[in-house]
Amino acid sequence: MTNELLNELTFFVLAIFVGFEVISKVPTILHTPLMSGTNAIHGIILVGAILIAAGADSPVTIILGLVAVTLATTNVVGGFVVTDRMLEMFKGRQPPKAPTPAEAKK
Amino acid sequence: MTVAITLAYLLAAVLFILGLKQLSSPKGARNGNFTAAAGMVVALGATVPLLHFTSAGLIITGIGIAIGGLVGTVGARMVRMTAIPQMVALFNGVGGGAAALVAVAELLKFGVHPQFAVLFPSVFSIVIGSISFAGSAVAFAKLQELMTGTPITYPGQQIVNGVLAAAIVGLAIAILALASVPLTFLPLMVLALILGVAFVLPIGGADMPVVISVLNACTGLAVAASGFTLNNFALIVAGTLVGASGSLLTKLMSDAMGRSLGNVLFGAFGQAHTAATAAAGAQGRSVRSASAEDLGTLLAYSQRVIIVPGYGLAVAQAQHAARELADVLEKRGVDVEYAIHPVAGRMPGHMNVLLAEANVPYEQLKEMDQVNDDFKNADVALIVGANDVVNPAARNTPGSPIYGMPILNADQAKNIIFMKRSMRPGFAGIDNDLMFGPNTVMFFGDAKDSLTKLVSAVKAA
Repeated sequence: MTNELLNELTFFVLAIFVGFEVISKVPTILHTPLMSGTNAIHGIILVGAILIAAGADSPVTIILGLVAVTLATTNVVGGFVVTDRMLEMFKGRQPPKAPTPAEAKK
Repeated sequence: MTVAITLAYLLAAVLFILGLKQLSSPKGARNGNFTAAAGMVVALGATVPLLHFTSAGLIITGIGIAIGGLVGTVGARMVRMTAIPQMVALFNGVGGGAAALVAVAELLKFGVHPQFAVLFPSVFSIVIGSISFAGSAVAFAKLQELMTGTPITYPGQQIVNGVLAAAIVGLAIAILALASVPLTFLPLMVLALILGVAFVLPIGGADMPVVISVLNACTGLAVAASGFTLNNFALIVAGTLVGASGSLLTKLMSDAMGRSLGNVLFGAFGQAHTAATAAAGAQGRSVRSASAEDLGTLLAYSQRVIIVPGYGLAVAQAQHAARELADVLEKRGVDVEYAIHPVAGRMPGHMNVLLAEANVPYEQLKEMDQVNDDFKNADVALIVGANDVVNPAARNTPGSPIYGMPILNADQAKNIIFMKRSMRPGFAGIDNDLMFGPNTVMFFGDAKDSLTKLVSAVKAA
């Protein structure tokens, strides 16, 4: 086993524990946004896709690279944007605020 | 890999972890998303020095980013809030597909006899990525109603799926043992795609969130595996983070539904049977129904109304109509609250998002534990397109498929208005005794139309 592979295995195992720990307590209302957020993070495959696409020199690698970059970019961009749209809805609603004008009139 | 690049990847990993942490608490959630996005930018920027573009490579990278960026932005911006779950499924599926393709491309580079350390993660990534891609596509089709959302089952289904899975494992082992690649991964990919479809077909529309979460975790692992193939630290760490946190999130989601993960994924067994007996049970018992005018008067002269929104409200896009009804009631001095079951809507937390979109004040949204004791003081529980989450069988009938699931105590309200399209049982396929209760009035119709009718009735009362 090479040193590099050993290092990678170490990161892998530690990342598993961090992944479990970091979201141990999530309120139900955040389940969907959190899923969407993690979904965007695995769009990191775009790094791999670009590495493949950059060196493309045959018809096969050109097609593979093009499709992989397109799919991965969709994952990253769509993932973060849709998560933000969901979370935008909660903005400013968290702190208890003054009565709305409709209530005040009563 | 140079020191600078490694350090930048480390920074990206830290940003991802911080982002996840923030995303899991309501205060910092939105910032968390930005933090994670910043991590992505850092990781991509750090990769640039590693690239040695061929001219074709430069062109396809540009085209791919342009198309993907456009599709992602437009798709995510234009989608209706009710359709968000299927968008998440879609974005997840394309990620899985990308992971599988990256593994294929990298494997081809290594020629005929790649080492085990390259071959193993590649095979893993191809299989899991393909399953995630095909499974997400089916989940999308079900939620988008391009196909039926009800479980599709046939005799021997579990056996067929088992054989498929065994064939994939067998083929994967053969490939690893022979260490001879050319094109052997093609049948592997095809089998994995078929398994992805077959795995999701028997799962009902209401359970799709859990399935999407499972597939999300799978894509994370596929990405991590591709990272091993490419020897890329960023891919390994970020992919594994998603794989681990996604698995935990899946468990939290099925817990919130009061079911085990196994029951969600493989529970379609006997579904048709239960539904059939339920339909038979529904016959012969009578329900009360009333006109919009009567119900409008009842609501207008109540002191306290609790609205229980469910799947039907999400489907009918009736969140704005619900808000309107609450507004006219409040104008008359009626106390209005929304009781949100953890799994109301199409995904856990989805109902909060929908109602927030309709500008329902956050303070009116009550979670199950906060609101359950209030029902006995409520004059009316207005159930809009919810069913299983208010079924008293979960409390009273051991042996019922939903027995033990936490439910909203809507049955304790003085009057119950049950708005529903028909007498059909809910997703769990079982009868709801609440519909036949002495204090229950059924109001049939599309949730949006019905709510609009109630609004005019309350105004007239």
